[in-house]
Amino acid sequence: MNSLVLTVLTLSVLGVLLAVVLYFVAQKFKVEEDPRIDDVEKMLPGANCGGCGFAGCRAMSEALVSRDNIGSLFCPVAGGEVMKSIADFLGKAAPEKSPMVATMRCGGTCEKRPKVNHYDGALNCAVVNTFYVGESGCAFGCIGYGDCVHACKFGALSLNPETGLVEVDADKCTACGACVKACPKGLFELRKKWPKNRAIYVACRSKNRGAVVSKVCKAGCIGCGKCQKVCAFGAITIDSHLAYIDPEKCKLCRKCVNECPTGAIHIVNMERLPKEPKAPATKAEPKAATPNVATKVENKVEPANK
Amino acid sequence: MRTFPIGGIHPSDNKEWSKDRAIEVLALPNEVKVPMIQHIGAPSTPIVQKGDKVLTGQLIGQAAGFVSANIHSPISGTVTSVDAYPNGQGQRRIMVVIKREGDEWMEDIDLTPELKRECSLSAEEIIAKVRNAGIVGLGGAQFPTHVKLSVPDGQKAEVLIINGVECEPYLTSDYRNMMERAEMMLTGVEILMRAVKVERAVIGVENNKPDAIAHLRDLIARNNYKGIEVMPLKLRYPQGGEKQLIAAVTGRQVAPPPALPISVGAVVCNVSTAIAVYEAVQKNKPLIERVVTITGKTLGSTHNFLARMGTCVGEIIDLAGGLPEGDVKLLNGGPMMGRAVVDITAPLIKGCSGITVLAGKEAARGTELACIKCGKCVSACPMGLEPYLLSKLAKLQKWDMAEQHNTIDCIECGCCSYTCPSYLPLLDYIRIGKQTVMTNIRARANANKK
Repeated sequence: MNSLVLTVLTLSVLGVLLAVVLYFVAQKFKVEEDPRIDDVEKMLPGANCGGCGFAGCRAMSEALVSRDNIGSLFCPVAGGEVMKSIADFLGKAAPEKSPMVATMRCGGTCEKRPKVNHYDGALNCAVVNTFYVGESGCAFGCIGYGDCVHACKFGALSLNPETGLVEVDADKCTACGACVKACPKGLFELRKKWPKNRAIYVACRSKNRGAVVSKVCKAGCIGCGKCQKVCAFGAITIDSHLAYIDPEKCKLCRKCVNECPTGAIHIVNMERLPKEPKAPATKAEPKAATPNVATKVENKVEPANK
Repeated sequence: MRTFPIGGIHPSDNKEWSKDRAIEVLALPNEVKVPMIQHIGAPSTPIVQKGDKVLTGQLIGQAAGFVSANIHSPISGTVTSVDAYPNGQGQRRIMVVIKREGDEWMEDIDLTPELKRECSLSAEEIIAKVRNAGIVGLGGAQFPTHVKLSVPDGQKAEVLIINGVECEPYLTSDYRNMMERAEMMLTGVEILMRAVKVERAVIGVENNKPDAIAHLRDLIARNNYKGIEVMPLKLRYPQGGEKQLIAAVTGRQVAPPPALPISVGAVVCNVSTAIAVYEAVQKNKPLIERVVTITGKTLGSTHNFLARMGTCVGEIIDLAGGLPEGDVKLLNGGPMMGRAVVDITAPLIKGCSGITVLAGKEAARGTELACIKCGKCVSACPMGLEPYLLSKLAKLQKWDMAEQHNTIDCIECGCCSYTCPSYLPLLDYIRIGKQTVMTNIRARANANKK
């Protein structure tokens, strides 16, 4: 009985003493933290994807609260409206950025870009890239083992087994940029997001000469320059046999899509321009290539209309 | 009998397929494609243009920097194009295409077959000749030989090690060189000893080649090659790795990169490289041809060819009866370290010691299963690394942890993947980790400089 009382007493006294010590220590080493950091963190989506360039949402909210000018900070997942409400909450100027979407720039489907060898190593694009050019003969095209699909935290990417290519679900994509880093071939680009997910882009990254490209892929950019001539906004540049459409300058006029002889310019969620009976230009084009492109675009449009 | 201290495996060597085939001189090709990168380091700069006439042995690619190598025309004729063509891996690289016309050599090249043993050149003169001849390590790594021979100030070479191990299964080009061109090789070793100023040279040969060991010992004793000894080594892969060979011969360990073999007083050269050095120094002949093994169980015939660089790989395979039916795995090198070739229009390069054709079960990789933590890869790793961990870290992209676990020490010998009972592609992932970590280290060094 005596020992029980003694134990209870000793522990109680020890507890009180330690409480007093802890109180003073807490006073002495108190860390002042802005309570707004917690509030801002709650407003952010909490995906911790790193798309903003910080380690996670907490680090981003610390930066948002501590910096005077938050014009360069942007959470691609939250988007413009949330960023505006955060800026209002903090009483700072909101960062202005139009929404972006990841775009996969390879149109070499299994049909257009046949496989010429069989690979049986680790199913990982980066590994394939250390060995050789890949199963098709194209050194720039999609390898199709889905490093980007694994990197995407939002389920916006999927591998289409029919085409062997990765497809982007523009509604789920937050433009965090993880796929841009993951792709060893550098096929992804964050481009301006148009209403109704419309888009026009060159689905090819091959810097080889046209003759070399057409040998390995029937959907590749051959650098012919027809699109550049027809563009009224100077949005198209050609560098090392490869056309590029500047998303900031492009107005989605669709003229270039009709000009492209290989169908390397993809058009999404839009109808093509009706064909003008321009005799000299169309005659020169290989006839077989055009209907193929047309059917492909129709396929692309259909699911969006439903 | 000596060998390296840790790890290693015993793959069946399969050398019987081609080891008794004497070296055949391949007929001159009608066209060659000569890549401007056939070495580690900066690509050479082509100094010829379309339409130029070139002679055999004429310089066509100038080394761009210290770690780089000259490239010479392997045949005489007209340059038909200087453009990007696919190499064995399908990657497009700058190559000089030459169409053959006759067989005219540069005037200063000595074409007499007699052995010329006397050499009174100084070390610097020898290294200059080696450099001009564009000699690189012919064992497969393609490291420029003149860089190896240039011993940095403050360091001293104590022993020259000649790599006659040829531990890679199937390949027999070094073995044939030791059997048929041994005198040239031994003279080459004498020249290399002058170049790095050592009194002692050791030729390491694995004990699965007893006839080569006996032949070399006999020649050394009969023709009085001073300071050269032949050391039989216990059969074990990867004994031909530079660091493993140094450990086997001297018992010394080379520190992790960037330390070089010279830090333990050793310089290592391949037997084929020694022959190339002999030809360059004594006969003024640049590196334009090499012995290449073409082998495989399913091939019509196996050969050891003395072929000119730039010869189309497909043509060489045709001479061995063409590719077998069905899917085959075509390797530039042997089955352990060779790289798969996807384009048979690719040319033969300096580092290609053999072309191996594997088919059926031999070529197939097992289906990947889960790691069972058996630790076989750890026991097999000759560098004392933990392959299962490095592979996992690379897969998870934990580059800093991979660096802490010394992923850059990996010599890519493939022992881990070979020994894994779950058929995990360990080396495939480690290689990405190694490359990324190397890039990170270089980026950090550059940032520190600024």
